[in-house]
Parts: sequence; structure tokens; C-alpha cells
Amino acid sequence: MSGNRVEVNQDLCKACRVCVETCPQHCLELGSAINALGYQAVRFDSVDCTACGMCFYVCPEPGALTVIKGEDA
Amino acid sequence: MVKHAKPKGFYDTFERKSSQGGPESETTHYCPGCGHGTVHKLIAEALEDFGIKDRTVFLSPVGCSVFAYYYFDTGNIQCSHGRAPAVGTGVIRSLDDAVVISYQGDGDLAGIGTAEIVHAANRGENMAVFFVNNAIYGMTGGQLAPTTLLGQETTTTPLGRLADREGGPIHMSEMLDALDGPAFIERTSLSNAAGVMKTRKAVRKALTNQVERRGFSFVEILSPCPVGWKLTPIQSRIWIKDNMETIFQVKRFRDREEGSRGTGRMPLMGDEELKELLGSDHGEEARKGENLETECRVKIAGFGGQGVMSAGVLLANTAIGEGLEATWLPSYGPEMRGGTANASVVISDEPVGSPVVNRPTTLLAMNGPSLDSLEDSVITGGLIVVNSSLINRKVRRDDVKVVYAPVSDMAAEAGFLKGANVVMLSLYLLEKGVPGIQTLKTVIPKSIKKKELVEVNLKLVKAAEEFHAS
Repeated sequence: MSGNRVEVNQDLCKACRVCVETCPQHCLELGSAINALGYQAVRFDSVDCTACGMCFYVCPEPGALTVIKGEDA
Repeated sequence: MVKHAKPKGFYDTFERKSSQGGPESETTHYCPGCGHGTVHKLIAEALEDFGIKDRTVFLSPVGCSVFAYYYFDTGNIQCSHGRAPAVGTGVIRSLDDAVVISYQGDGDLAGIGTAEIVHAANRGENMAVFFVNNAIYGMTGGQLAPTTLLGQETTTTPLGRLADREGGPIHMSEMLDALDGPAFIERTSLSNAAGVMKTRKAVRKALTNQVERRGFSFVEILSPCPVGWKLTPIQSRIWIKDNMETIFQVKRFRDREEGSRGTGRMPLMGDEELKELLGSDHGEEARKGENLETECRVKIAGFGGQGVMSAGVLLANTAIGEGLEATWLPSYGPEMRGGTANASVVISDEPVGSPVVNRPTTLLAMNGPSLDSLEDSVITGGLIVVNSSLINRKVRRDDVKVVYAPVSDMAAEAGFLKGANVVMLSLYLLEKGVPGIQTLKTVIPKSIKKKELVEVNLKLVKAAEEFHAS
């Protein structure tokens, strides 16, 4: 396991789904919970993340996504 | 290890809605899937990586990105619609070390501000322009923009844009590429991740050019407006690819190694040179280390032809010659003679913030109408000098100091009626003491263009001195 992951700030996501479509490893999906802004925030649930950062760059929100590279990667 | 996180080019919290607390103080105001957020992020990341945010002046336009100043932890100016390149010109020419970013949408840049961007580009002005092109007026609800595609439906072209009626889409990058000035022009697209990364490169290139003083850089970014286009964020990215990119070619138009033509730092005139030019050795002596207590805001008003403007210039030059800061702002109608005119002069120990004078500390009234219209605007404790040759009435107020002097008659006596302005100006200097009358005497020969008039003007200064002494 690489330990790579994307932290999604559930409060800040506007559910545009651009990251979901962009991720080459299909690590992100739309969640079911509705956040304070009224959106179904994206969820990260995968072991395939390569921490490539694509989701981060396409995401229009400054602080919604944080990409973390696992220590043993 | 955190590899990508919110760039430090942004504020931690966004003040716009921070009073409400909650997530709105950390999100932008942009709609879901808007391209602005992505471009903001690329810029903010570069500001952090290059370590330049403390010397960056970010110009917000009018449009959806009007609130950029809530997000970027830089110097910020929110500009009038379309005028950001003109504001940027002022910033870069007065702040030599600034990194200037003009961030504009297509309505702002290609519609309302077409003239500003063309001329700034043509001058190779040292700034980075990020032109976010989404082919629509987004903020106002999706009207036709200069870059709207042919056939594209907008609220003002419900049946689609028609070349015969609205003209075709304006290609700004191509247009600016026809000019000699720009150093760097590239059009990128946010249609997919590869496009975003190319945009990132272009943004960083433009900002590198800024840091290296290579002149005018222009990055046009094809950007989605899902709400305005009535598409989902995903569909809108496909729409860019299928429609916009076929009309607006994505490519690097120009990358001039040597930078903009003629770019380089403009020779700045230092305070010392300026003082030397208007030169006065009396300055420091006359002031005897005395500082101005407050900013002096002087209004000189009269008929056109009475020398109101030149008196203002002379006053400002005298102040500068004495090492003070000064501005001069003329106000007049279309006629060169006979209309009413006034000049605003601000004199200060500090750099002057605004040259506009609404509440003068001193009014120099050369004629009746000027006194009538401006008497009430003078601050309590202020000074009014009245040209009693032409103004028969007394000043109505009793909370200002008033000097009555027949300046026109005095000038006529010296055989030079047009010199009434110099008499008036001299009286002001004699009343205030700063700047000094001695400085005026050294500035006159340098400031007056017709050299044969120097002598008579100096004579008028002397006449004013005699009047003041009596």
C-alpha cells in the first residue's frame, strides 16, 4: 500500500465532479452526505492513488483538496 | 507528506463572508465548476513558489472575478471596468519593483477595456495579463460578449450570435500578436487536466517574465462558465474542447527571448534630480527645517486666460523645488479663453494620495464667479485671497482668513496684466511662508517658457512683496 491519499474538505467541496472525471486512477467519487453549502461533497476511497495532483489542479476551490504522498511510496 | 495543498498565495480565510463563519469564509464565491477558481489557484501557487506575493499588485476587474482581492494575499486594486491595464501602467511606473498582475474577463478586457489592453500591450508595459475567456458576460447573467462564438445562444442572442448582426468573435491573442510590444502571448484551455497543466506553465512563464522585467505577457485562458452556458461542469469542459478550441486556437503565439521591444526600466527621475532641475538653494534655508503642519490643498480659480493653470504649475514646481511633494490637477471647459477654470494643487511633506481638492485649505479667487462658487468649500480656518480688482464684494464668511489684493491692477501697473496670477501666487507664498518666496524667484526663470517674460514676472513678485509688507 502506497499510503497516497487525497483529503477532501467536506465543507468546501461544491461537487462539480471535475476531479472525479479527471482522476486517472478513479479514486474519487461523489459522496451521499450533503454539506453545509448544500452539495454532495466528493469522497476519496481508494488504494490506487499515485498522488499525481491532477485532482488538485483541476479543482476550482482553493482549499477543498489536499494531496498527500505516502511515506513508503 | 503534503504534496499539494491550498497555496499560500491565498488568504487563510476569505474576509468576504468571514463574519458569518462557517465554510463560506473559506470558499470562493464562484459557481461549482467555474474556471476562475482553477486559474486563481495556479496564480496563487506561483506567487508562493516564486516568493513574490509581498511585492505583487493584483488588479481585479469588473466581472465575476471582481472579488479577487478577497482571495489573494497581495496588494490589491479593484479597477474600473476594463481599465486594469491603465491602472497597472500607473502602478508599474511608480512602483519600480512591483509584480503587476492584471486579471480580466472577456467582457472586461475585450469589450469595455479594448482600448486599454491594446495600448498597454503596444507599449510593452511591464505586466502579466491573465485573460479569462469564457465567451460570455457571466456575472450579469450570460449576455453576448465580444468573444461569444457564432451561433452561440446567450440571453441577448437567444437565436445565436450572427456575424451580420453582432460581428464575429474577437480573437484577442491574435490581435495583440499583431503588435510589436508584447514579449509573450499564449492561449491555453481548461478543457482537461493537460490543458490545466499547460495553463499552469503559461502562468508561471508570464510571472517569471514579470520578475525578470521582460515586459508585457498575455495569457488567454479558455475557461468554462457552466451556469452561463447552462451546462454541467463536465459538459462545459467538453464544450470548450469541441467548440471554443476550434475557433480559438490553443497555442503559444510569441515568446520573445529579448522581452518587449523597448522594455527596460524607464529612467526614473529621482527627488534630487527634480530638485536640481527646478533648483533652489533657498529651499531648505527658507523652511528652516519647518515642516508643513498639514497638507495644503490650494484651489486657484478664475477666467480662462487669467493664468490660473500656470499659477498652479508654478506653485507645484516651487513646492517641488523646495523638496516638498506636490500635485497639480487642472479643470477647465473646452474653451482656452474666457471660460471658467480652476487648478487644484496639493502640497505635502508626504507623497500626495489624491490630487483632487474638494475642501481647499486656500482659495485664490481671481474673479467673482470663482469666489461665488467656491467660497463655501474652504475649510474653517482656511485662507481666501480675493482679487479685489475684479471682485467688488466682501467674503461672507467670518471663519476664514481673507486677504484682499488688487492683483489685476498691480499687474497692469507693471505693464503686464497677464501676470496677475504671479502676484496672486506670490501673495499666497508670503501669507503661508512655505514654500518660500525665494524659491519662487529661482523657479520662475526655470519654469517660464518665454524667457523675455522672466524679468517682468520677477518684478511682479517684488510688487507683491511690497504690498504684503505694507
